[in-house]
This record gives sequence, structure tokens and C-alpha cells, in this order.
Amino acid sequence: MSDAPPPVLEMRGVTKRFPTGTVANDAIDLEVRTGEIHALLGENGAGKTTLMNILYGLVTPDAGEIRIDGRPVTIRDPADAIARGIGMVHQHFMLIPVLSVAENVVLGQEIVRAGQVLDLGEAAERIRRLAKNLGFDIDPASRVDELAVGQQQRVEILKAIYRNARILVLDEPTAVLTPQETREIFGVLRKLRAEGASVIFISHKLDEVLEIADQITVVRRGRVVGSRTPANCNENELAELMVGRAVSLRVDRGRSHPGEVILDVSGLRVNDDRGQEAVRGVDLSVRAGEIVGIAGVAGNGQDELVESLIGLRRAVAGAIRLAGQDLGHASVDERRDRGMAFVPADRHRFGLVLGYPVADNLSLTRYAETPFATGFAHILRNFRAILAHAVRLIQEFDVRASSPMVLAGTLSGGNQQKVVVAREFTHDLRALVLDQPTRGLDVGSIEFIHKQVVARRDTGVAILLLSAELDEVLDLSDRVLVMFRGRIVGSFSARDAQREKVGLLMATGGAPP
Amino acid sequence: MTRLRSAARRIWQVATIPLLAIVLAFVAAGVVIFVSSAATSPGLDPFLPFAAYASLMVGAFGSGNGIANTLVAAAPLVLGGLAVGLGFKAGLFNIGVAGQFLVGAFAAAVAGAQLAAAPAGLAVPVAILAGAIAGAAFGFVPGYLKARTGAHEVVTTIMLNNAAALLLTWAVSDVVRAPGFTFARTADIGNSALPILLGRNLHLGIPLAVVMVFAVRWLLDRTTIGFEIRTVGQNPSAARYAGMRPVLMTALTMTLSGLLGGLAGAIQMLGVIGFYAPGITASVGFDSIAVALLGRSDPIGILFAALLFGAFRAGAPLMQIETSVPIEVIDIIQALVILFLAADVVVRRVFRVRAARPVISELATVTQTWAGAGPVGPAKS
Repeated sequence: MSDAPPPVLEMRGVTKRFPTGTVANDAIDLEVRTGEIHALLGENGAGKTTLMNILYGLVTPDAGEIRIDGRPVTIRDPADAIARGIGMVHQHFMLIPVLSVAENVVLGQEIVRAGQVLDLGEAAERIRRLAKNLGFDIDPASRVDELAVGQQQRVEILKAIYRNARILVLDEPTAVLTPQETREIFGVLRKLRAEGASVIFISHKLDEVLEIADQITVVRRGRVVGSRTPANCNENELAELMVGRAVSLRVDRGRSHPGEVILDVSGLRVNDDRGQEAVRGVDLSVRAGEIVGIAGVAGNGQDELVESLIGLRRAVAGAIRLAGQDLGHASVDERRDRGMAFVPADRHRFGLVLGYPVADNLSLTRYAETPFATGFAHILRNFRAILAHAVRLIQEFDVRASSPMVLAGTLSGGNQQKVVVAREFTHDLRALVLDQPTRGLDVGSIEFIHKQVVARRDTGVAILLLSAELDEVLDLSDRVLVMFRGRIVGSFSARDAQREKVGLLMATGGAPP
Repeated sequence: MTRLRSAARRIWQVATIPLLAIVLAFVAAGVVIFVSSAATSPGLDPFLPFAAYASLMVGAFGSGNGIANTLVAAAPLVLGGLAVGLGFKAGLFNIGVAGQFLVGAFAAAVAGAQLAAAPAGLAVPVAILAGAIAGAAFGFVPGYLKARTGAHEVVTTIMLNNAAALLLTWAVSDVVRAPGFTFARTADIGNSALPILLGRNLHLGIPLAVVMVFAVRWLLDRTTIGFEIRTVGQNPSAARYAGMRPVLMTALTMTLSGLLGGLAGAIQMLGVIGFYAPGITASVGFDSIAVALLGRSDPIGILFAALLFGAFRAGAPLMQIETSVPIEVIDIIQALVILFLAADVVVRRVFRVRAARPVISELATVTQTWAGAGPVGPAKS
């Protein structure tokens, strides 16, 4: 083995401390071979992204060495990284929505002719060839904002390959993809591997890592805690390495004891932004102490259903009743007052104000109520109460924030979601609507949130759960409904809800064509 | 102790870029003065910029009179800066301070003239209030339009600036023209003039402006309404989800912003100008935007930014007299300050600043509102 070629990429003793005192990377060693898909596995905040930002020249390390093809290199900025054959696909895409695919791909590497005239035709041709090689069905002329998320990701990959990347880094590439798109992107990665490229695949999803990786490096709190190959490990072992303790990947739900109907939706019809009917006559009811899960492929009316439950979108027809009382056009505020709470799907857009301290976010939806507001007409904010409440919830929900005054935007995704969950779960609750409550979270956080959900159920709260993760719906729900094209097309008790049956109904709606 | 230090660090974080932008603007304007010195003197004078800045400072702070002039020039800028800054907090770009200033000045002039013979204890507050209310009403219009129809406040306030100037010219020429003058103007304000507190011209408007700084700060930081305004500015979707009322807040913020703009006009009218005539300058309106940007929309920051701009205005005449450097250099410095604020990358490069916030969020409001998420409309149905 001694005459084997050096690994295409070696990182030795890479260390990065942030001014806040946190050690994001603590003497990390990483070795990636040619033609290898190398998974970097770890919880949110474990330091995966920082390590890759160092590799890409976005962050300067405090110590450590990077070698490419055995030679030590210094990477000062992304241009350096690109020149050395490193390509990066960020979790949040770095595309310009109003430009075409071709324009995005060539950005910074434009082909010019006759002086300074941009030759997009030539570029488009090259991109078309490249896309065909990779098996992408993408028109270089289409505008990026017209593409689906999965296709935008391919544009990012094209961008890297167009710049001759030999080491392709993908940061949580599947977080935004449907299962179908995930399978397709895996095909692409395998193809790249076959052509001799090396792929670094950052993830916290165990099943995906086991499926795609040749080599797995697990990081926890800035350190490498283990290296495995999929052949010599399993999900439980990886989870334990990653979290640092034994984790139960399945929720222990116990028995439910449903009471009277709390949330009752009948004949609900809701339009989407374009005025098309997105929810087409939904009937459902949730009893006290029961979790009802709605499974469905994203975009089948779930968003509109949830928004009309919250009171952000008016129903065209039908009724929503809470404990027998019609909610009518009740405002968001009034619904909360009557004991409803909501965990929104998009925590950055709806759930949090990222520029606010954690403390303000923890009382965001009750900012004008006692004890958070005092004085005439509740006009004065009561900082003492806001802080005390925050300190209590941070403790109770194990939010990793150094102080209640830390800005929410600086927390990891898992901790941000815990802030939302903590806030919503401490209302005086009767009904709880959870939309994608664990999207993008790591196993440890998911386990924690699932336990909290079951605990709320057991205190008699009626819970409606919507999730694109079928497993989450099946694991948590006492009853499973399937939503397809704006209608509920199936209803199962927890016992009868088999993965295949529900999955088929999600995909086809069950009706013969 | 640690609390003190963390407070100091926070101030440093917010103030670094503006302070360095000012320094850089002085340097760059110094180059301009140096180069243009060839035109006025026999050859280039490398000491001219220093001499000019020295007399600028002496003019602004070197004497009791100078300081008074600085404060008098700063007072309307403080109020105008607060008007723009409050808008920024709600994610709104109020370019309409110029119009609100004129409307406030006009209303104060008319009310003041009516009460010219009344006791000052009645005339002064009523005239000030008239200006503030007129400004508020004028600010409400773009606020209402934005809230109801999504009409962009930048467009509506710019148009309303012109509408205000022209309407008021007509009003003062045909409706409230005072008899006995050769040109169109309002009557003397008599007892409605702001009392002079100190010296020749330190009028009541100066402490009033300082009080408003703390009033706005209190509103934003301590009250639920201020919290709602800021939340709508930072994330309107999250605000709606939290049960807040973006539509109402938009209208309310523009109204309050107009109130402050009107107040700026009122104190300038009652404390300095004395009567309304067509073509009175509303440069305060546009300088206010610069003040708000430089003060990072923070009331205290705005106070200091307005003092700086006031000092420019107060010190410039002496600079021109003593060094022949024209007053217009002040406009160059002001423009450069804003330029360097916008292009903070330059400031970072020059001074190798790594701390501080990545972008000046107020400028994001200026640019983003155009392409960003559409109107803050009512609940979709």
C-alpha cells in the first residue's frame, strides 16, 4: 500500500476557534481518496460546514494543514479553491434567480469574443454537453427561478463541474429534495465517482449516508469521533457516535386515550396565491389526546390547509371548529387565545425573527399579553418577565444558546426549531398544529421534539401533524390521513398504516385513472 | 463591569463603520480641496485642507455663537433623521420628509400667524402641534396607500413631495397670502415664535428635538407597539404569524414618521424662518435621509449624526471666509460619507475592520423594497 497514490485531499489537525470562544473544529483529520464518496456525518453545529468552508477558503483556520494530491496548499479564498479543483454546493444555493442557467454557470468565467462581448451561445453549448454527460435534463436558456429546487441544485453541480472540480463538496444536499429527487442526485454522484471525481457529502441523515458513502467520518462538537465504512456499521452505531449517547430512532408512543373532538374541519375549501383551489373540501377531526398525521407529497394543499388553520389565509367555504365553536374569520391572535398553537414549516420565514434575541423570539407570539406586557392597554414591555420566561424555556427545552440575548439567527437549525417548539408548546394548549416540525434537524433534536409532542398528547392536547417525512407521520400518529390534490383520500388507524399502502396512496391518490 | 464592557462593544460594533466612513470622507474631500486649490491660489497648497477643516471646526464649535448655530442647524435634522429612521425600523423608506417638512412648516406658519397676538403659552404649543398634525396627516397618505394597495412608499412620497411644494405655493399665493407685502408670504407669527432660551438664537426647538430622540427610543425599545413596528420591519411574515398587524403598522409608522417630519418643519418655521414663502428650502428633507443612514436608524446615533451635519452647516461660512474653500465642499463631504457607508467594503479594506455587522441593514431596505417581497397586503383570501 505504501506506493499507493496520495489521497486527493488530506486535512490534518485543522482547528478553528470563533471569537465567541466556541471551538468549531478541534484538530480535525480528514482523508478523501480519488473516486470516493466520503460522508461527513454529524449533528447540526458539529463543525461540518465550518470545515468545508475552510476547505473552500471562506474561513481561515487557526491551525492545521491542507494537502491536495499530497502537496501542502494554502487556500485564501474561493477563487483559490476553484483553481485547485474544489467545487462546493452550498445548502442554500448561490444562484441568481433572474439569470438563465447558462448565465449562472458561467458567472465569473464568462467566455468572451471580440473583446468584451459575452458569448453565451458557446457557453450554452458547452453546458448542454456537460448536462447530457451527467444525465441532466436542463435547458441552459431557462431562468433559474423557474426551476424546481432539485433542478437548481443540478445547476449548482453543473457550475462546479464546469469549473473542472475534482473534489465536489455538497452541504446537506438532500435537505431540500423529495425522495425521488434524492434518488436521482445519488445517481449523479455515483456517475461522478465512476468518472474519478471525489465527493464529500455532508449529512446528518443516517440512511442516506449508509446508502451512498464509501467512507464515513463522524464529527461531534468539532472533533472526529470515528471513521466507518457502511459495510462495518449500522444506523444505531452511527447515531450513537454522532450524538454521543444511545439514541432511540423510533418513538415510544405508548397508548393514546382520545377524548372528545377538539379540532373539527368540515368541507374546507381554500385557494392558493394564484386563486386556484388548493384545498378541495377537506373533512377531518382531531380528538383530545390524539395525534392525527397527514401524509402527502409536498404541494398537495398542505400549506394552504395549515395557513387557513392558523388564520393567515381565508377559507372559501367550509368551517373550522375548536371545541365546538366556529372559528370563522377569527384572527391569528384570537385563535391563539382560544388555545391553538402552531409550529410553522418554514422557521426562518414564519417562526422566528432571526435578528432578534432568543428571549424576544420565545415570547414573540404572546408579546402583548400579561406578563410580557404591562401597563395601560399592555403597552409596556416587561423585560424581566420576558427574560425569566426565556431562561426557563431555554433550560426546559435544552436550547443550546449561551445567553437569552444571543440572536436567534446565530443558533444552529436544531436549536432554532427548539426555540419555536418551546414557545408554541408552552401556550395553554387545546390544539396544536405541527407543520414539518423536524425538517432539516439532526437525530438528537428529532428525538427530543418527538418526545415533547407525545408528552403534549398525553396531557390531552389535540395534535395535527403534517410532514413530508412519511416515517415521521407513521411513527408519531395515532391516525394517519393521506392528502392528495387537496383532498383527504385515505384514513388509517396506526395499526393499519403500512408504509407501502400509505406511500402508494400518496403517489396516486388511490383513485383508478 | 462586564455589562459595561459588553455595552461598549455593542456601541463599537454599530458605530465603527459610520465613524470610519466619516474619517474617509474627510480624507477624500481633503484631496478634492487640495487639487482644486490650484484654481484659487498660485499653485497647489498642501496645507489648505487642514486649514479649511480647522476653520470649519472653529466655525462650528469655536465660540458660543458657533455652538449655538450648530445646535440650531442640527435640531430639524434630528427630527427629520428620526422620521426616516423610524421608517427604516419598519422596513419603510420614507423619502417624503421634504414634503412633510414643508407641510409642517406651512401649518405652523398659518396657525402661528392666526395666534400671533395670543399669549405665547397658548400660541407656541398650538402652532407646534399644528405642524406636527399636518405632517402626520401628510405621512398617513403614503402609509395608507401602501397598506391598502401596496403602492410603494418611495414612489408615492417622492410624488407627494412635489405635490406639497406646488400646493403650498398656490396656498400661500392665493389663500393665506398676508396683505402688505410685495411678495407672497404668510403673516408674522408674533407671539407664536419659539422662545429663545439662551443667547441669540437657541430656541425651544432644540430641547424639543432631544426629547423626541428619547421618546422615539422609548417607543421602539420599551413598548409593544415599537416591538410590533420592528418585527414588521425585520420579518413581516413572522409578524403576521405572531398575530401582529403589518398593514396597521405600516400606516401607523408612516403617520408617526410624517409627524416627526412635520415637527421638523414646525420648529424651523417658528424658531428660525418666521414666515412661509414659496421656495423655502426643504433641504432638511434629503439631509435627513443621510442623517438616518449615518445614525444607523438608532435615535442616539441620529442625534450625533445630526450634530455633525449641523456643525458642517454652521462652520462652513467661516471656512469660506478664512480659506476661500467654498461652502459646497460640505455637500461633497456629506455625499462621500453616504457613499462610503453604502460601499462599506471600501471602509473595511482601508481600515482592515473585521468586526461589526456585515451590511448596513437600512441600505438593504432602500434597495430591497424594490425587488423584494411585494406589498404587505391584508390576509389573503
